[in-house]
Amino acid sequence: MNSIFELFQYNFFLKALIAAIFASISCGIIGGYIVSRRIVFISGGITHASFGGIGLAFFLGFNPLLGAALFAIFSALGIQFFTKVAEIREDSSIAIWWSMGMALGIIFVFLTPGYTPNLMSYLFGNILTVTSTELWWMAILNIVIIAFFALFFNKILYIAFDEEFARASGLPVALFNYLIMILIALTVVLNIRVVGIILILSLLTIPQATANLYTNDFKKLLIFSTLFALFGTISGLFISYFLDIPSGAAIIFTLVITFGLLRLVKYLTK
Amino acid sequence: MEPLIKIENLTVGYNKIPVLKNVNLDICENDFIGVIGPNGGGKTTLLKAILGLLKPFSGIIEFSKDIDGSKRQIGYLPQVKHIDRKFPITVFDVVRSGSIMQNQFKGKAQIKLKIDNLLEEMGIYNIRNRAIGELSGGQMQRVFLCRAILSNPKVLILDEPDTFVDNRFEGELYEKLRLLNEEMAIVLVSHDMGTISSYVKTIACVNGNLHYHRSSNISQEQLDGYNCPIQVITHGEIPHTVLKHHHKEQ
Repeated sequence: MNSIFELFQYNFFLKALIAAIFASISCGIIGGYIVSRRIVFISGGITHASFGGIGLAFFLGFNPLLGAALFAIFSALGIQFFTKVAEIREDSSIAIWWSMGMALGIIFVFLTPGYTPNLMSYLFGNILTVTSTELWWMAILNIVIIAFFALFFNKILYIAFDEEFARASGLPVALFNYLIMILIALTVVLNIRVVGIILILSLLTIPQATANLYTNDFKKLLIFSTLFALFGTISGLFISYFLDIPSGAAIIFTLVITFGLLRLVKYLTK
Repeated sequence: MEPLIKIENLTVGYNKIPVLKNVNLDICENDFIGVIGPNGGGKTTLLKAILGLLKPFSGIIEFSKDIDGSKRQIGYLPQVKHIDRKFPITVFDVVRSGSIMQNQFKGKAQIKLKIDNLLEEMGIYNIRNRAIGELSGGQMQRVFLCRAILSNPKVLILDEPDTFVDNRFEGELYEKLRLLNEEMAIVLVSHDMGTISSYVKTIACVNGNLHYHRSSNISQEQLDGYNCPIQVITHGEIPHTVLKHHHKEQ
């Protein structure tokens, strides 16, 4: 197995490994919040809507992740607006933004002259092509998320668990919800390169489901989710390399198998 | 004596449609007010207005100096059916959330001590590390009661604390509330009039008009046509018979 050690000499592989670690931390924490709060579907809507921004960026020729970030935040606000102000059912609002973003993306990509070679890597992710700049952005996001959750952990927990009680106690609930929505949008966008738009929900839900097998404590859930995500992304990365299959799919496959096996073990040992 | 909370000509509701109109109510020290009325009559709406969760359309809710400020000295026990029982949170953390905005505790150790004492007192110390999803209805109510009274509020507001609770615990609950009432005013919405009547000191009958919020396209003429005044009556020491009569009317 010399080849494993040889791998670390390759710059692209080291970058992929660092990306995997960053993705696991941000998705582990944010995903734990999303799952506990039951807003997986909103996150799915934001994720898919961001494809519209990627399409627009291709069409106008600027950084696709910037386009994705704009659309992600815009759709997060749009879903809120549709639900709260226009009084459209929440799940319908989500579906509207979800599909509208995808449709816009396809139109823009279609209108863009020439071939768009990277499109697949945005849809399904390719951790091996992550750039240094993207890694820096991921690092900053990770620091922001860790700092935010460390500083306001109890308040985040109390708002997530019982929003009404938190409001009655005088917490600035709307502000917290708004900030976390932005963090969710940025987490989704910066991890698109790792597993892709279509597969990112997996990093936000499967490690959390696995962690939930072992704990019902919010803090432990966030930590365990991050650890399971680390295991899944790093082993997925190796599997992807040695079997020569797409990295995003390999990572998710590892996450699902891990969950399935541990769930089975829990069932059998009970 | 100055009331802790003074409600004057309060009109409040949802989406511009009033559920309660021109409500007047004083909540004074050592009050134990039972709030009754038909479903949709505005009982919970009244509680939410007092808690600041709903903005009044008109009228005022005035707080005495004792409980005013951003850290309002009001304990709140919401309807348990609105709680997500699958949320990953332990009993201890739920109770601790009762200290969110309070400055009265000096450091984590003091909060922990107070919580442990409260859990002990309520007979649920042994389950403090359990997830709330694993609790029975009675245990849940105890946990949420602990959360509501953790910060020694001046007013305790309870929304149907007797749902999902067996008869034995219901008795314990009201006995506990009777003791708490010596230190704080209590406003209680109950779904069971028979039990509430023997413990509460006064009754507030909140009777809104169901038509107001079931349909979203009601015109002002219709609202006037129903001519349904929302009455909040407070009177002392109501005997059972009057209550039962009241109940049948609905």
